[in-house]
Amino acid sequence: MLIMHNGKDRIIFVTKEDHETPSSAELVADDPNDPYEEQGLILPNGDINWNCPCLGGMASGPCGEQFKSAFSCFHYSTEEIKGSDCVDQFRAMQECMQKYPDLYPQEDEEEEKEKPSKDLEANPMEASVAKEEKGSS
Amino acid sequence: MKSVKETAAWVKAWRNSPDTWAHSCGGDTPAATAACWIFSPCSSVPEMPERHECHDGQGEERQGLAFPCRCWGHGGAAQPCGKAPGTRGPRAARGLYETRDSREPRQPRDTSPGAPGQPRDTGRMQRGAPRRPEAEPRGKTRPSARQASLTRGEAARGGPAEAAVAVQRVRQQRGVEVPDMRRRVGVEDGRGEQHTGAGAGGTPQPPREAAQRPQRHGSRTIEARGAERPPRKAGRAGVYKTLKENKERFTSRVTTITTRSEENESATSDADPASRGTAAPGARPEVPSHVPFLLIGGGTAAFAAARSIRARDPGARVLIVSEDPALPYMRPPLSKELWFSDDPHVTETLRFKQWNGKERSIYFQPPSFYVPARDLPFVENGGVAVLRGKKVVHMDVRGNVVKLNDGTQISYDKCLIATGGSPRNLPAIERAGKDVQQRLTLFRKIEDFKNLEKISREVKSITIIGGGFLGSELACALGRRARTRGLEVIQLFPENGNMGKVLPEYLSSWTTEKVRREGVNVMPNAVVKSVSVCGNRLMIKLKDGRKVETDHIVAAVGLEPNVELAKSAGLEVDSDFGGFRVNAELQARSNIWVAGDAACFYDIKLGRRRVEHHDHAVVSGRLAGENMTGAAKPYWHQSMFWSDLGPDVGYEAIGLVDSSLPTVGVFAKATAKDTPKSATEQSGTGIRSESETEAEASEVAISSSSSPTPQVPKQGEDYGKGVIFYLRDKVVVGIVLWNIFNRMPIARKIIKDGEEHADLNEVAKLFNIHED
Repeated sequence: MLIMHNGKDRIIFVTKEDHETPSSAELVADDPNDPYEEQGLILPNGDINWNCPCLGGMASGPCGEQFKSAFSCFHYSTEEIKGSDCVDQFRAMQECMQKYPDLYPQEDEEEEKEKPSKDLEANPMEASVAKEEKGSS
Repeated sequence: MKSVKETAAWVKAWRNSPDTWAHSCGGDTPAATAACWIFSPCSSVPEMPERHECHDGQGEERQGLAFPCRCWGHGGAAQPCGKAPGTRGPRAARGLYETRDSREPRQPRDTSPGAPGQPRDTGRMQRGAPRRPEAEPRGKTRPSARQASLTRGEAARGGPAEAAVAVQRVRQQRGVEVPDMRRRVGVEDGRGEQHTGAGAGGTPQPPREAAQRPQRHGSRTIEARGAERPPRKAGRAGVYKTLKENKERFTSRVTTITTRSEENESATSDADPASRGTAAPGARPEVPSHVPFLLIGGGTAAFAAARSIRARDPGARVLIVSEDPALPYMRPPLSKELWFSDDPHVTETLRFKQWNGKERSIYFQPPSFYVPARDLPFVENGGVAVLRGKKVVHMDVRGNVVKLNDGTQISYDKCLIATGGSPRNLPAIERAGKDVQQRLTLFRKIEDFKNLEKISREVKSITIIGGGFLGSELACALGRRARTRGLEVIQLFPENGNMGKVLPEYLSSWTTEKVRREGVNVMPNAVVKSVSVCGNRLMIKLKDGRKVETDHIVAAVGLEPNVELAKSAGLEVDSDFGGFRVNAELQARSNIWVAGDAACFYDIKLGRRRVEHHDHAVVSGRLAGENMTGAAKPYWHQSMFWSDLGPDVGYEAIGLVDSSLPTVGVFAKATAKDTPKSATEQSGTGIRSESETEAEASEVAISSSSSPTPQVPKQGEDYGKGVIFYLRDKVVVGIVLWNIFNRMPIARKIIKDGEEHADLNEVAKLFNIHED
């Protein structure tokens, strides 16, 4: 380890071996319920954090309300097949998103449009799954 | 909620998809896959920059979800935590945008909580590297310094009359009301000069006194000001103006009240527009007369706030009023990625490639995201509308109404001021004539990028004045073009090296050499004295006698926060850092918040400051949006910034990164026998090592950084990668991650803790600097 000075600035050169021993620096334990801290997608109380940067603009765009409604439904769904009671919301969201292809680009848009939306008794989600599996966005 | 475990399962499956954004998460249930699909569009609309950082640094489960690491940060394509982005170079690894941090000079005023706010002489002035060429020592500086930064239009002619105008502007910016000197100056009786005492280049006496008043008493109301000032030459004009202005305000308030009562009748509820009979599309006014959320300014902070408001307040109606003709966009690529694009049409498309190879536009959202302003009050679920090319010129805080430059009035419930700043100009250039001004770029906006890009293809020589983030990045960007096109790129600045106010001297010198290797002729210790046109070229004369001949100048000498509204709004302007003074929750008044470059806010950890970086605009905009919807949270999540200068220099930083603070830098050495000797030779600084000369621990003379062209130093023999800690009273207040990435959460944690660490080498171990 080499230590140097340049006036008020200290410079330390370390090799890999120098840094092999574990650090003795102590960090303060984090409070997981700190109200000031930035939260992830799910808040400590179980609610969804719509302002999570991870959602991008999903909750704030023109289809924001549909998205929030669909995802909330899914999140709180207690069905055995989670979210199966939310088909309507997902469909509404999908319809909304189709109106804004710039914002919500869909890889195989043509294919999606061609498929009649009614014949999916399985549900629209499978269609979208199939579609998405093909391409990546 | 079913179970955390189940949610975790689908999230995990989704995360493990080979593609960055899984589309089929492999979950068992259709619903699960649908939810997966919901998230996949994220990658298509990553309107926040790709600044990825993991939530907790480990990417492990948090709150029971193996989720956050994936897309925490600012959305966009994510990177599993802990995984380096490959062996790409710094630019490729992050490719993120940094703002112009002019790291305001008002320097190291000790604003840490509890410390008295006394100005400190940092010795910077003595080094002959003033931030502004004509700045005087602090305490007296502000008026003349502000005076120095005249707007182009005002000072085109130069001279004491214009100085008087500038002085008045200074006062206005402080929220200090003065009689309208402009009118006095227009009277052309020469007495304007005498009263203001603004001689050529001298420091006027009255402004200094006036400037000190706000520091003691804060801003005053217009009426009080007018009454106090003894009517001088045109003192009568001052008193007259006060009454007149009062009258104007009165009338505008009456109008507001009348309009509001009409509005209240028709706009009972935002949630049910269908019931409103007045919603006939043809009859809608172009601009709504009332909006619940008004955002003044259409940049990054405003956009982040708009998103935050929309996320938290269902159906919120947000109106952005922007002077810029463009929709909200991010600035950092304008001085980085866009210049490195292979696309010949990049100036039209404004698209760039991110570090992960994906392309995106600098615009946060395409036009279809926004609602037309006229439809804003009526659209069912609310939305965000942008009024472009309009400026708010007057703000009535008591009446909660603003007036635009075209006379339109808009009332609001909550308002955000995110007016950002305007590039500063050099006095020497302002004094020079129109011929010089035509060959000048003050770089900030898309238009400036387009113009400069065109000019770079047409001229033989470009000189960049300024050695900070923007200047250095543009120099490197242009330098790269220089090599292929025979363009000469010169960069000159008063400091000793690039990023002289940010990086410790040894690193600044080393960086300067790197910038030189990018093809830039770097001239440090250069203070511009005058600029003139000579033939068809520009002649820059420096104070030390050197002359620089060039075809075009780019001035990157700092940002002046846009605080014109402070006057009409009666808002306080900070005298140390500039900008609107707000509290820790970014609030100026009960319904008014300020975010972004224009906000001088109280940082609980680091004290009062004003930050001009992109990530800060995002973080503060988001926070302001949260607080506008009732969150009441203080500035807590520390924003970061980054910069890339060529292939060998890329860093991320957080906190107070000021080169005047003592620093401890820990750098990786390849093997024990490698010495940093070549590094010191390289950098041109004479550094003595403790182990060699144990007796001497004293300062060493720093030679000038005009060393000859260096060879390529081998990894480990130089400041290849490491971490630098900036200390204030033994506490780490700033950290620079030098050519290492994905460690920002650890850095953030250390600053948040605010602990005194006895051995910073031990702290450095947390960063694993030897790994990629």
